[in-house]
Amino acid sequence: MATDLTPRVTTELDYAGAERLTMNMGPQHPSAHGVFRAILTLEGETVVGVDAVIGYLHRCHEKLAETLAYVQYPSIASKTDYVAAMTSELAYVMAAERIAKIEVPKRAEHLRVLVAELQRVASHCLWLGTWCMDMGGALGGGATIFLYCIRERELVLDLFEKLTGARLLYGFHQVGGVRYDMPEGFAADCRQTIDLIEARLLEYEAMLEDNTFFLMRTKGVGVISRQLAEEVGISGPLLRASGVDFDLRRDAPYSSYQDFQFKVPVETDGDCLARYRVRMVEFRESIRIVRQILDGLPEGPISSRPGVKAVAQVRVPKGETYTRVEGPRGEVGCYLIADGGPKPYRMKWRGASFSNLAVLPFIIPGHSVADVVAIMGSVDPVFGEVDR
Amino acid sequence: MTGWPDAALGAVAGVSVLLGVIGLVTYVTLLERKFAARMQSRIGPYRVGPHGLLQPIADAVKLMMKEDVVPRNADRRVFSIAPVVFLIPCILIFATIPFAPGLGVADLNIGILFFLAVSSMEVVGLFMAGWSSNNKYALLSAMRAVNQIISYDLPFLMAALVPVILAGSLKLGEIAAAQDALWFIAYPVLGQLGFIAYIIASVAAENRVPFDILEAESELVAGFRVEYSGMKFALIQLGEYAHVLGTSFLGALLFLGAWAGPGPEWLGPVWFILKALLIFLLITWIRWSFIRIRVDQILQISWKLLWPVSLVLVIATAITVVIRSSTGG
Repeated sequence: MATDLTPRVTTELDYAGAERLTMNMGPQHPSAHGVFRAILTLEGETVVGVDAVIGYLHRCHEKLAETLAYVQYPSIASKTDYVAAMTSELAYVMAAERIAKIEVPKRAEHLRVLVAELQRVASHCLWLGTWCMDMGGALGGGATIFLYCIRERELVLDLFEKLTGARLLYGFHQVGGVRYDMPEGFAADCRQTIDLIEARLLEYEAMLEDNTFFLMRTKGVGVISRQLAEEVGISGPLLRASGVDFDLRRDAPYSSYQDFQFKVPVETDGDCLARYRVRMVEFRESIRIVRQILDGLPEGPISSRPGVKAVAQVRVPKGETYTRVEGPRGEVGCYLIADGGPKPYRMKWRGASFSNLAVLPFIIPGHSVADVVAIMGSVDPVFGEVDR
Repeated sequence: MTGWPDAALGAVAGVSVLLGVIGLVTYVTLLERKFAARMQSRIGPYRVGPHGLLQPIADAVKLMMKEDVVPRNADRRVFSIAPVVFLIPCILIFATIPFAPGLGVADLNIGILFFLAVSSMEVVGLFMAGWSSNNKYALLSAMRAVNQIISYDLPFLMAALVPVILAGSLKLGEIAAAQDALWFIAYPVLGQLGFIAYIIASVAAENRVPFDILEAESELVAGFRVEYSGMKFALIQLGEYAHVLGTSFLGALLFLGAWAGPGPEWLGPVWFILKALLIFLLITWIRWSFIRIRVDQILQISWKLLWPVSLVLVIATAITVVIRSSTGG
């Protein structure tokens, strides 16, 4: 089936003769996942058109990056995708390091992968909880799963707090390495936490996959065909759920991913259930990577760059590059142009959620209002990253 | 018994049941919140009074003090009267329920029919609320309400007919008395299936998760009551819980032997309330474990599954009763 990719504001089905209703979903809406506005055209309960409006959370991140030094910006970069703060920090410092040809010590590289994978676990916890709440209601079983997931996410945040002192926005990565080393007893805590989360994943699966209602709500809903996935340019779990076997961690290894063994889950159905299955496997694979890191963490320094007294002392030579990392939501890219000064000349983010969101107008029409929230939840957008 | 005229006795009984129901409904919300909190590894209300026991009162006071907002484009009169229209049938269903032999407002000889007729009238209030709000979310919710409640009243009726046929009476007092020897839930096969059908249909008729598409806060924000605030909101809330409690009482009466239980006779009402709360907790348990299903799926479950199954159940019950009576059983 050829996909129609002509640019248009509203994707509409043929007019069936019923009276139409325009409904605003968002920007203030319980399932808006932040501030997303979908202008839905309804025929009864069926959505025939969707107009996605974004930009309510725009904070001039890219301009901000031009005004901050390489030392300062990583802790601001975490605010683009505040649910997976470690990811965007990593993309930014990797870009600066690549231009300046700065070597990163092995221990720091392993710590970077450690936090990235823990972050993926925390982010997927939040996704599962909010998605189920979208489908099940804040006053129903969805809230139960949400609170279970938040309970597990808290454990990961506790680990981050031990490591960096912060729970949401970390400032952990810096050009040349990482800012903090593991405190005493961290490895043991970490092992305990991931063991617990791995055990509790079975509980979620029992609660969801054995539940006919869950399958009824997710199976065959919001199908993204392989072709549509490739043409729109979605990435991450969405892409893998549509049958494309692509994961930057394996296919374009960065940091020290080449040192670890992990599986890349692929599903071919492309529906909400497939996206759920992909993410559930990713949970386990992330935990597996964390175990491997804890087993073989090399000794040594955590940063190749000596401490500086003033932020302007860290300079990056002239050059430009694009680095990309596999965040929990997909490819997070950072395009950086340096002009030799202490601040970048230009910086551009490629937000995974932003590109993933572009698929919504193609898959929502034809579904009912209830499915709109299920589909949006399965796409897992974070609007800090969409609007930046 | 006394020299009081019947009307005065009726009035006293009516007022005391009304107050009792409102008190019970208020505290049932606390029970549900505590129960849900334990399911979700939380503590639940804890700050107001010991173990949060004064929480419902604090909630009521808060709601009374809230500003009563009426949207500018709403149909003012209908908007204001809708919560009352919704509440009245929800409270009225308690009128026929006997809390002990002879202890009730009016044990009509068509008691169960009255219960079903009145409880399905709540849809009028729902629709008035949804329509008059002049809000698109509320409108969609009102459309869903009419769909769903009509679809689930039939299976609900059928499930309730099983004990009626077994007892051979429409009078709730006699249905309860007929279970002296054997609670109808223990009646082989028919009783259990009837109970399951009753629970499913009543969850749907009460608009609770997984069938709470009227409220559907993740899509329709709060559905038909999205524009309500203050006491009007409280009335709708009260009506919903009264309805849940009413069907719990009816369930306890139809299937769990009403006031039958060990101990002296005056303990009867206590047993009855405990059994009703047990059913309430069952419904709560369902609510906090399932996710919501879609409108079309809800209608499919009703018309393609629940309705034929309950119809077959009623016919099977009737045949069983006829066979047993003809064989002198």
